[in-house]
Amino acid sequence: MAVVVKIPTQLRALTGGEGETEVEGSSVGEVLEALFERYDGLRDRITEDGELRRFVNVYAGGEDIRFGEGLATPVNDGDEVTILPAVAGG
Amino acid sequence: MSVQGLRCKECGEVYDLEAIYVCEQCFGPLEVSYDHSALDDPAELRRKIQAGPSSIWRYADFLPFERRPKTALEVGLTPLIRAERLADQLGVGEVYVKNDAANPTHSFKDRVVNVAIAKAKELGYDVVACASTGNLANAVAAHSAAAGLDSYVFVPADLEEQKILATGVYGTKLVAVRGTYDDVNRLCTELSDSRPWAFVNVNLRPYYAEGSKTLAFEVAEQLGFELPDRVVCPVASGSLFTKIARGFEEWLDLGLLEGSLPVFNGAQAAGCSPVADAFAEGHSVCRPAKPNTIAKSLAIGNPADGVFALDVARKSGGSIDSVTEEEIVDGIRLLAETTGIFTETAGGVTVAVLRKLAERGDIAEHERVVVYITGEGLKTLDAVRGIVGTYEIEPAVESFTERVPAHATV
Repeated sequence: MAVVVKIPTQLRALTGGEGETEVEGSSVGEVLEALFERYDGLRDRITEDGELRRFVNVYAGGEDIRFGEGLATPVNDGDEVTILPAVAGG
Repeated sequence: MSVQGLRCKECGEVYDLEAIYVCEQCFGPLEVSYDHSALDDPAELRRKIQAGPSSIWRYADFLPFERRPKTALEVGLTPLIRAERLADQLGVGEVYVKNDAANPTHSFKDRVVNVAIAKAKELGYDVVACASTGNLANAVAAHSAAAGLDSYVFVPADLEEQKILATGVYGTKLVAVRGTYDDVNRLCTELSDSRPWAFVNVNLRPYYAEGSKTLAFEVAEQLGFELPDRVVCPVASGSLFTKIARGFEEWLDLGLLEGSLPVFNGAQAAGCSPVADAFAEGHSVCRPAKPNTIAKSLAIGNPADGVFALDVARKSGGSIDSVTEEEIVDGIRLLAETTGIFTETAGGVTVAVLRKLAERGDIAEHERVVVYITGEGLKTLDAVRGIVGTYEIEPAVESFTERVPAHATV
């Protein structure tokens, strides 16, 4: 399943400036794992002890994955997974 | 001036005073840090504040600028009113209402926007933007117009008509997004990556949030440089609640105030209560919610500062409570009938939580309580449409006598 991952500015120093990339996976967790394999260093910025850091929001198809099944939320071919800082707004 | 830099609230990493809001190491929020070591004479500092301008800039030593900036609109120094009839009605000792509807665009958002736009200008931005539940929209549109800057204001498409009209009139580019506030916020966070704009509550958020501290400073100064025992304050993102606490703490640290942090009670609508729910369940993080409430200015389902609001409530011995839609309308009415202040739905939430605390016996008799009213009732007229009626009569004394009861309540 090919999924597009959108990467926020704050992490682009670790992706050679790329704002999005396509990886394979059938759940958000698998997609992130594939992303971490491609870009060394992203894992520690986004996760801590295997869990998402508390100020990271991840969206699958525009919906916060905490409304789905968290990292187990399924993704389909062509879906978009977006990583964003959680500290905006209000 | 004592502004120092930006610092991550999570891991302590330091950054320069730029248009950034996220720690690159841990994604934590950045906050402005100060070196107040030169402000070592509380009596002198009090005199300096009292001799300052009649606006939030009398507290310039505690705002994120090297030099006091020029601003187009005067903000702050709103009334703090002793609400004896409200206190009597609730059976509590001493209640004050901080009426922040008395600002240029009728909400506390004028404070944060005054600070954010001054920073946007200092950093050289020509365009200002925001994601808003309404009050921020009004403020950004007005202050941008007054400062001669272009603006883009993003709001949920189902916003109250009063807030839409009172934003568009300033000539902003008003974008109505088909979604919740959280969708609007996500969109703006994405846009801020690629647009060279000052999003006041995204890339300028560390500065913007500092403006809310002035609601602590003003209350303390208006009480004669004394602390209240308890504050009741609405919680949406949790930023206002957290920064009022920070304001009191800064002044306590400098000896401008004596005592300890007041008890902090947060107020949410039951139709969008991620922070109140986390408080009740003993959690340290908030599970996001799908908002469904008339209190649209508090309808943030994914609150950025929820975890910090929880910390403040817990460490001060307070709470975060939620109230029903009916209680919100009753709260609006109670405040209006006892103080002459007509507040929007968020104020109804706050007064309803005050009533809940009083009924629960949480408020001791000797306590001095400050209630923060953050917005104006004329912006959410639909909330009271069903509860107000009139006696329609002919222009004749007989008609009046016949149709209007002697001891009438409408």
